[in-house]
Amino acid sequence: MKEIIIDGNSYKFDPGQTVLEVARGNDIDIPTLCYSEHLSITGACRMCLVENKENGSLETACTLPARDGLEVETDNDKIYDARKTVLDLILSDHPMTCMTCEANGDCQLQDLAYQFDIEESSYGSKKEDRFELEERNSFIVYDPDKCILCGKCVRADSELQCSDAIEFSERGFKTKVAAAFDEGLGGEDSSCVFCGLCVENCPTAALSYKPARKKGREYELRKQRTTCGYCGVGCQVELNIKGNEVIKVDSVYDDTAPNPDGEMCVKGRFAYGFIDSPDRLKYPLIKKDGEFVESSWDEALDYIADNLSRIRDEHGGREIGALSSARCTNEENYIMQKFMRAVMKTNSVEHCARL
Amino acid sequence: MAGLAKSFGSGAMTNSIDEIAGNDLIFVIGSNPTENHPVIGAKMKRTVKNGTKLIVADPRRIELAEYADIVIQQKPGTDIALLNSMMNVIIEEGLEDTEFIEEHTENYEELKKIVSFYPPEKAEEITGVPADTIREAARLYASQDKSAIYYAMGITQHKSGTENVTSITSLAMLTGNVGRKSTGVNPLRGQSNVQGACDLGALANVYPGYQSVTDPDMKDKFEKAWGVEGLSDEVGLTVVEMFRAIDENKIKALYIMGENPALSDPDQGHIEAALEKVEFLVVQDIFMTETAEYADVVLPAACFAEKNGTFTNTDRRIQKVNKAVEAPGEAKADWEIICELSNKMGYEMDYNSTEEIMEEIAELTPIYGGVHYDRLDKEKIQWPCRDREDKGTQYLHKGGFIRGKGKFYPSHHIPSIEKADEEYEFIMMTGRMLYHYHTGTMTRNSQPIDEHVPDAYVEINAEDAEKMGIKNGDRVKIGSRRGEIETNAEIVETVQPGQIFMPFHFAESPANRLTMDELDPEAKIPELKVTAVKLQKT
Repeated sequence: MKEIIIDGNSYKFDPGQTVLEVARGNDIDIPTLCYSEHLSITGACRMCLVENKENGSLETACTLPARDGLEVETDNDKIYDARKTVLDLILSDHPMTCMTCEANGDCQLQDLAYQFDIEESSYGSKKEDRFELEERNSFIVYDPDKCILCGKCVRADSELQCSDAIEFSERGFKTKVAAAFDEGLGGEDSSCVFCGLCVENCPTAALSYKPARKKGREYELRKQRTTCGYCGVGCQVELNIKGNEVIKVDSVYDDTAPNPDGEMCVKGRFAYGFIDSPDRLKYPLIKKDGEFVESSWDEALDYIADNLSRIRDEHGGREIGALSSARCTNEENYIMQKFMRAVMKTNSVEHCARL
Repeated sequence: MAGLAKSFGSGAMTNSIDEIAGNDLIFVIGSNPTENHPVIGAKMKRTVKNGTKLIVADPRRIELAEYADIVIQQKPGTDIALLNSMMNVIIEEGLEDTEFIEEHTENYEELKKIVSFYPPEKAEEITGVPADTIREAARLYASQDKSAIYYAMGITQHKSGTENVTSITSLAMLTGNVGRKSTGVNPLRGQSNVQGACDLGALANVYPGYQSVTDPDMKDKFEKAWGVEGLSDEVGLTVVEMFRAIDENKIKALYIMGENPALSDPDQGHIEAALEKVEFLVVQDIFMTETAEYADVVLPAACFAEKNGTFTNTDRRIQKVNKAVEAPGEAKADWEIICELSNKMGYEMDYNSTEEIMEEIAELTPIYGGVHYDRLDKEKIQWPCRDREDKGTQYLHKGGFIRGKGKFYPSHHIPSIEKADEEYEFIMMTGRMLYHYHTGTMTRNSQPIDEHVPDAYVEINAEDAEKMGIKNGDRVKIGSRRGEIETNAEIVETVQPGQIFMPFHFAESPANRLTMDELDPEAKIPELKVTAVKLQKT
């Protein structure tokens, strides 16, 4: 059996696994910013440096293949200093505006700054923005000043959504992520379909959901997994709720789901506003003299029961029909057809499958 | 689904979404996954990037065509001729799977006879697709080990919908592409629980689990289970038939739960007249829809985020719907409302939770026999799942068809009801687009979406537009034999000259004012994809 030694302990591994994967599989903490198990590996951020004990070199754990007899350390002064220097450099070009930042409490960079105790970059922190905010669309805001160029958004866009809508543009300090001709995600030549996977993968607030901005902090939100209410793919989604309002929809990562890598589309991600619409029906309504009048449930249901009973008894159940719904649950469709068949004695119960 | 059930014995996607990554070839016909099933569309693109072959056949040049090895733009309503011709080539060139045909199918001689009338040159005349393209597509489909077909409403919403589907099932059987992983015949379902609504018996001919209402044993079984007598053994009316029956005074009351036929159904003028006419109309919905306006009573329902239950997705996977927020005002879950009504009418429906309802479903529905809430949280369950030990079924027809032998149901080309003529020069297709959903009840009430795509449009080919002096954004009038609407022109290269495409989500320009309610006689699906219309600049 092949084994790798991490921090003095031996661990078994599967062929093809990296040191990072073996470590995480064994609850050994190695910080990362650009890594995702759902995306290809680039080794860009250098936060996952570990020491190769064979030659003392620091290598990125996310790109280092596990091999028999390899011995690494994940936590010593040399590693700590190297990681802290990397972080210090990233923070030197990052606005220290956590107070008002959308990602406060949900930011991997903030978490690492806390862990490594960096209040201000020793190179001096960023005082002035160097870029313009990109928000010429209804869904996503891009703030290049908060971007750490980890490239997760670019990879998610290209590898999961396959839109190839965004790429790195420019060089050096001017580097940012941009859509076609730098016209923004909603630009005429942009192939962005607003699935939101870029935002989902962003470790900071460089990318955020526009409709959710200023609506609530991560730690104020209640989360509920459910099945998306739109098409028949049945994506698993995570509704984020504050008070009684859904304020954003995050991805779920689960191998039993049809969307195991957190894939979603613009409807699942952004078309939730209807839930809290003021135009929702709130009370039963009975039409009286051509006008709808609010009523109690009792009154409305009695009225329906009387009329359906009358028509059934006068003309037979076959003169009553029902449309059940492809947007209602299994249980509701079952109940509706049971009601029509058992109480109305008709099989005229259908739904819009054919439309 | 009728065509699929007829050929194979079960009307659902044969294979699974997870298997797309294993396809050697993907054949998409009459489906636009990147817009209508975006997560599946993205998975297809991902697979194709990794070397899987792709054939796309659609009258419109859809986005997936950009990634395809072979692009086919058949004329609307000519799918049978196209598929027959592909089978003609496969048989001519000896590419069929003889062993599979012998072992697992019947009626092959009939298929052979009928497709012999469709050599590619003849099919070219009908479909407008170059004969050599048909040959290449046939060879590519037949030559791969694991070829899978994906289709949707582009195939079914025709007078010949059932025959379109049986032509697809024939192609798959002819090449042995059923009953194995990453192959199959895969209808992509358009709505969150359209599969489940079918599975649970919201169909005029079957009880839950596709158990026939005309089978005396089933009648007996459900009468006992539900404690009632006199269940009807007569097949009920389908949606479009119900509206016709209202016309003929044969339906007096209609109960509509979560549907908006005033926008979604064909021949809107006729639907509106029926909604007006029906003696007693109840509408239970989340908004005051176009349909609800006609109701005698409107009941406020909870939406998916406000209730518990399950949906069954397009690959037969049963998944939980979990309550996240409270419903507004006094709105209630649809099942609670129906139960209360039933109780008032003297038939007790006393359930404390949706889990109790699922337990009853599991008892009475063999394909859901092993579906229990405690399993759904941790397992992937796809029906058939017959008991607790059953892990569910990732792909159907493994080692043999559900109906015993798969049956070829070949058909000749069936012309569409309407053709372009001097007065109605264009063929209009309707469909969905990425940003909106069905009748827009949900998406149009979601601000960023409606801000992004605020209005209806009609796609017009650039050549036609130039001839008629129509520019992008111009208002145009579209008229059919049934009505007239106005909308904005969107000039594109993706529809062919002589054809236009219109999404049906928008109440202000309702495409279904123009469509007809002529039905496929078996599946009872209206022909929504081929409507002859005239077009003019306003």
